[in-house]
Amino acid sequence: MAFDSFGAFIVMEGHGPYVWACYFMFFLLMGALALWSLRQRRSVFAQQRRRMNSAPARDQSPAGASFTRIEPSHD
Amino acid sequence: MWQIFHKLGSPKWFFGIASTLMPWLLWVGLALMVAGIGWGLAFAPQDYLQGNSYRIIFIHVPSAFLAQSVYMMMAVAGLVTLVWRMKLADVFVKAVAPVGAVLTFLALFTGAVWGKPTWGTWWIWDARLTSMLILLFLYFGVIALGAAISDEKSSARAVAVLVLVGVVNIPIIKYSVEWWNTLHQPATFKLTEKPSMPAEMWVPLLLSVLGLYLIFGWLTCLRMQTEILVREGRTRWVKELVQAGGN
Amino acid sequence: MHPIRKKRLTIVLFLLAGVSVAVALTTYALRQNINLFYDPSQIAQGEAPVDVRIRAGGMVEEGSVLRDPESLKVEFKVTDFTSSVLVEYTGILPDLFAEGQGVVAMGRMDGNGRFVADQVLAKHDENYMPPEVNEALEKAAGKRASMPGVQDEAAASY
Repeated sequence: MAFDSFGAFIVMEGHGPYVWACYFMFFLLMGALALWSLRQRRSVFAQQRRRMNSAPARDQSPAGASFTRIEPSHD
Repeated sequence: MWQIFHKLGSPKWFFGIASTLMPWLLWVGLALMVAGIGWGLAFAPQDYLQGNSYRIIFIHVPSAFLAQSVYMMMAVAGLVTLVWRMKLADVFVKAVAPVGAVLTFLALFTGAVWGKPTWGTWWIWDARLTSMLILLFLYFGVIALGAAISDEKSSARAVAVLVLVGVVNIPIIKYSVEWWNTLHQPATFKLTEKPSMPAEMWVPLLLSVLGLYLIFGWLTCLRMQTEILVREGRTRWVKELVQAGGN
Repeated sequence: MHPIRKKRLTIVLFLLAGVSVAVALTTYALRQNINLFYDPSQIAQGEAPVDVRIRAGGMVEEGSVLRDPESLKVEFKVTDFTSSVLVEYTGILPDLFAEGQGVVAMGRMDGNGRFVADQVLAKHDENYMPPEVNEALEKAAGKRASMPGVQDEAAASY
């Protein structure tokens, strides 16, 4: 361990704010990017499923008013 | 060899491979990053000159390194798009550009925060910092151009041309510190020489670079899968996949 | 390879070569503007304009730092190991400022060959090492040079 105590580790001889700001930003942005990408894929799957479920339903319905919600592709 | 090349062009084949690879990429990548960063933050010795502020290197160098190599990969994919018209190459470029932009921003941000206590300034218009800022704008340009053209084929070609034109910036970033007077110091790591830092500093750095590479691989697989699902939504294999209850 | 693909590949390579040549010529023409600072030799040869805001960079010469006890005024010589230039600065210096360290100073040349700086930035090299190693190196090299080999390399890079 390069530091004597946990306090010294946080302070880093005065350089703490700089070091921790960098690490905070790094994990914040990488985490956000990962979560956003995961949600994007999930929502595309959900959208495809909805489209597939609504397609046969439309075939059975009588001619006339039938609205299928079409969502623009997500990206 | 050509067979592998053609297989690589098949979105279905890629989707399957990506699914098998992803857990490995994510967990091994995370483990390496945690090890490298933990070691670098708490156990590596301080620098004789900069004290503890140099510990920013353990994320600054991985981000900057990846930012440039992601662009190089995009350029290769751009070439493949233009010459072989392989759809998957364009999927790669579109999926990866936002990741590259985030990494470039992180390299600039961590560099600025590191520059304040060591150099005495957040920002200076030296050749290294400026060419890195140009890289960020190139990523923005690629994202914007890809989003602006709705036709899949023309968008793929336009983006590929932009990526290839921008690739001249990469050697400029790399050699800026040698060709011109800059405030930024020359590279600590060179292929032909021993690194100018002791092993207890460069080993954790190497771990976090490798870790970030694998995490980038995971993000790429994930984002390419999304892009493939959007584009191939009408094909039978995607319908089967969705019915089988993927997520 | 399919002839059409070959043709496309040639076009792309030509495009790339063209852009590279254009960028190379531009950066070559602008090389003086891309350089962040003038080094002491350039200033000694009169390449740097007088009374225009410029940057000067080099190593702080060993034993040249004179601090005014009354104020924050500092005088030191910046050298590239061929020529040196006297720099005058009033203000707070960065933590890394020390004799034998690289600096980049912003300011202007006055008529008498002095560089009046309004900002001083520290430049460090690509070497990282634990304090103990540096002490051992210094002991081994005596007081002459703080890091053997490093100064020569740094001198070459200025």
